[in-house]
Amino acid sequence: MWPEGEASVRLAATALTIMVGVLSPAFAIGWIGSKAMEAIGRNPEASGGILTSMILVAALAEAIAIYALVVALAIKFA
Amino acid sequence: MNLGAALKTRRGRFVLILVVLGIVALCGIGVFGGEKLPVISLAAEEIPLPFSLPFYGNHIPNTLPSTFLTMAILILIGLAYNRAQRQEGPPSRFRVAVEAVAEGMLDFMENAVGENARIFFPLVATFFLFIAVSNWCGILPGFGSVGVLAPHHAEETAVAEHEVEHEEEAVAEHGEGEEHVEMELVPFFRSANAHLSTTLALAIVSVAAAQYFGFKMQGASYLNKYLNFRASSPKPDPSTQKGMEGIISKMARGMEVFINGIVGLLEIILEALKVLPFSFRLFGNIFAGEVLLFVVSYLFAFVFPIIFLGLELFVGLIQGLIFAMLTLVFFSIATTSHHGEESH
Repeated sequence: MWPEGEASVRLAATALTIMVGVLSPAFAIGWIGSKAMEAIGRNPEASGGILTSMILVAALAEAIAIYALVVALAIKFA
Repeated sequence: MNLGAALKTRRGRFVLILVVLGIVALCGIGVFGGEKLPVISLAAEEIPLPFSLPFYGNHIPNTLPSTFLTMAILILIGLAYNRAQRQEGPPSRFRVAVEAVAEGMLDFMENAVGENARIFFPLVATFFLFIAVSNWCGILPGFGSVGVLAPHHAEETAVAEHEVEHEEEAVAEHGEGEEHVEMELVPFFRSANAHLSTTLALAIVSVAAAQYFGFKMQGASYLNKYLNFRASSPKPDPSTQKGMEGIISKMARGMEVFINGIVGLLEIILEALKVLPFSFRLFGNIFAGEVLLFVVSYLFAFVFPIIFLGLELFVGLIQGLIFAMLTLVFFSIATTSHHGEESH
């Protein structure tokens, strides 16, 4: 059922890479979101600016997960 | 058949659930019917050309036609707007739409940056429009599915399994070895940002333009950010510098100069390294979206890919927005002077 030799190590490496790599960005984006929600709750008028900043910083944090994904895909497909 | 009436009876509901499950099962039948996973390659496939180009040689990467398509769309919209602007009378809907988009971007940039927004606007708006349009073009039908058969180049990838309806396996024996020349499908079009070259080019332009704007706005004093060999604390009054105090304060200031110098040189390296997150963020998002669409279309042919196409629309737009916003932020950092107080 499982491939043999190098292909199986590739498979395991891909899975481990993406597993470990998305832990920290998940927490980071959650923290960013929760702080943004608090800020909006305190000051609903500024919600436009807060939302924009939140999206910007969330994209920066998500980029770390994307690096892990690119490495995982590179292991699997190249 | 009246759906409302059917939902009221128990038998009607039962039949309806059966029909829905049947559709779902039909959509997923490809998996169990033995269809093969499409070829996913990290590097852009090369389209063989009958002629030879100076830089590329006999083949061009298949993201290049997508780039040209995106450029053609944007240039045509620009030309059409130019012509619509010269017409008399009330503006047409097309003109209003284009002006709304441009004004929206300019307003956003003026909120973020201030008075320099007009200078940054052409480049930043181009980044946003190019990336958004090229990502959206990547989900058009025909991208990734219409192409030519070419000999399989990469030998070290995992087993090459082909799409069922477009393949023929041309098996040829080479001399004494048992290798086969397997043909793979090389699509004519592929999402432009799914090639690291495109995103790297955009990132390099962005970082280089930040340096250009820094020099343009601040002149030669922009280099003070990098070659910062001065202490950050104000120069002490000479009357308090007697004996041991004087020696210690001079040493402290010497340390500050040294550390500031090293930090300044590190800034150069950091500026250059900014190219990497820019390019990899965009490349990773778009390439992962492509892989996702391939796999979902492999699993379910009909209904469920719509959800993921919607996700791709959203992600494509957001990635353009992110690239443009980060570029704008780096431009504004480069053009505001850093150390307001100089110690001379």
